[in-house]
Amino acid sequence: MTPSRKAVALISGGLDSLLAARLILDQGIHVEGLNFYTGFCVEGHTHAIRDRHTTKPKRNNALWSAEQLGIKLHIIDVIEEYKDVVINPKHGYGANLNPCLDCKGFMVGKARAWMEAHGFDFIITGEVIGQRPKSQRRDTMPIIARESGAFDRLLRPLCAKLLPETLPEREGWVDRNKLLNLNGRGRKSQITLAGEFGFHDYAQPAGGCCFLTDPNYSRRLADMWSTRGEKHYELDDIMLLKIGRHLRPRPNFKLIVGREEGENNFLSGYRRQFVHLSALSHDGPLVLVEGEVSEDDLQLAARLTARFGQGRDSDRVSVEITDKSGVARTLEVAPMPLDQIPQEWYL
Amino acid sequence: MSHYELDARRLLCPMPVIRTQNKLEELQAGDTLAVTCSDPGALHDIPAWCRVHGHEIVSTLNHAGEIIITVRAIK
Repeated sequence: MTPSRKAVALISGGLDSLLAARLILDQGIHVEGLNFYTGFCVEGHTHAIRDRHTTKPKRNNALWSAEQLGIKLHIIDVIEEYKDVVINPKHGYGANLNPCLDCKGFMVGKARAWMEAHGFDFIITGEVIGQRPKSQRRDTMPIIARESGAFDRLLRPLCAKLLPETLPEREGWVDRNKLLNLNGRGRKSQITLAGEFGFHDYAQPAGGCCFLTDPNYSRRLADMWSTRGEKHYELDDIMLLKIGRHLRPRPNFKLIVGREEGENNFLSGYRRQFVHLSALSHDGPLVLVEGEVSEDDLQLAARLTARFGQGRDSDRVSVEITDKSGVARTLEVAPMPLDQIPQEWYL
Repeated sequence: MSHYELDARRLLCPMPVIRTQNKLEELQAGDTLAVTCSDPGALHDIPAWCRVHGHEIVSTLNHAGEIIITVRAIK
């Protein structure tokens, strides 16, 4: 008896990877999923941090997909290795700081290594020709297969009929006739197929599952690299870029202003690493100061802190300033009028 | 059978899940692991990860912002 073939599926938590894995499961293939945590994933963090998401179920969509499929899911921390993808993308960036083609090649390459280490036979992804302008194009798909080292062990079940035969098809491990020929940015076919499979309540994140496709996030990251004079980051840096209002009133410093309780709680975990401010006389945000600041800068920071709190319409607000060693003092300031905050300060 | 503890406080999901997963890979069947977390997302994610891998949730405690999830490894 021929042993069951084994496929490793890249599971993002979105619909396409869910459907691709299901198509292959239905052909009697043993499938296990991989999900890569880069630090830029929209999954998890913002939902955990922001209060306004508390009414939504807190779930990891990749795990949810795995449960729907009845497969194992291995979540891999690639934070350190991924830095080179973001900082030095060989194929450049997309519309924002999204290195989608390099990213896909990186992830398929990691899946190939996992496949080889665990005795699996091929890799599947939820890619669809034309779905993404940078990475999911007919001309870029061979690049991913080649640069990842997966070559013809990389199968895209949702659009396989539009692509050359891969090893699993040639060897008869999977029936090509049961694979699909989807293309383009439309979602109708996928939604219909999801209904046929009985998948409901699946995630459909606008703009995908990565913060790097978000123009606001990318602007903050570009500002960070620009002011530091080098392209470099740590996990805390990219986490903080996701949270709060970011204002750069002067080139030498930036403020990170919590927008609600969840964000303030999260930012409070960084109090020992940053000079920080909060109003004493009124409710308001916790504000972190990133950069070296003068007394005049702190006056400005205090006025902005007052502006974003409940004392915004008061004549005076008491603002506590605490340095990195925990020494606190109080300033009495007038809140900064909204019309004196130039739009260019907002990142 | 042994008992182990894992401190995943101040980590945001999916990091507590990843740390749990990596630790469980080192354990023998029947060993237990108590994971302490501060991200409430772990209340959903760690049990979900255990379900897809067949590990057993022994108990879940949620007190004063600290969550302790105890898992029994099933190989």
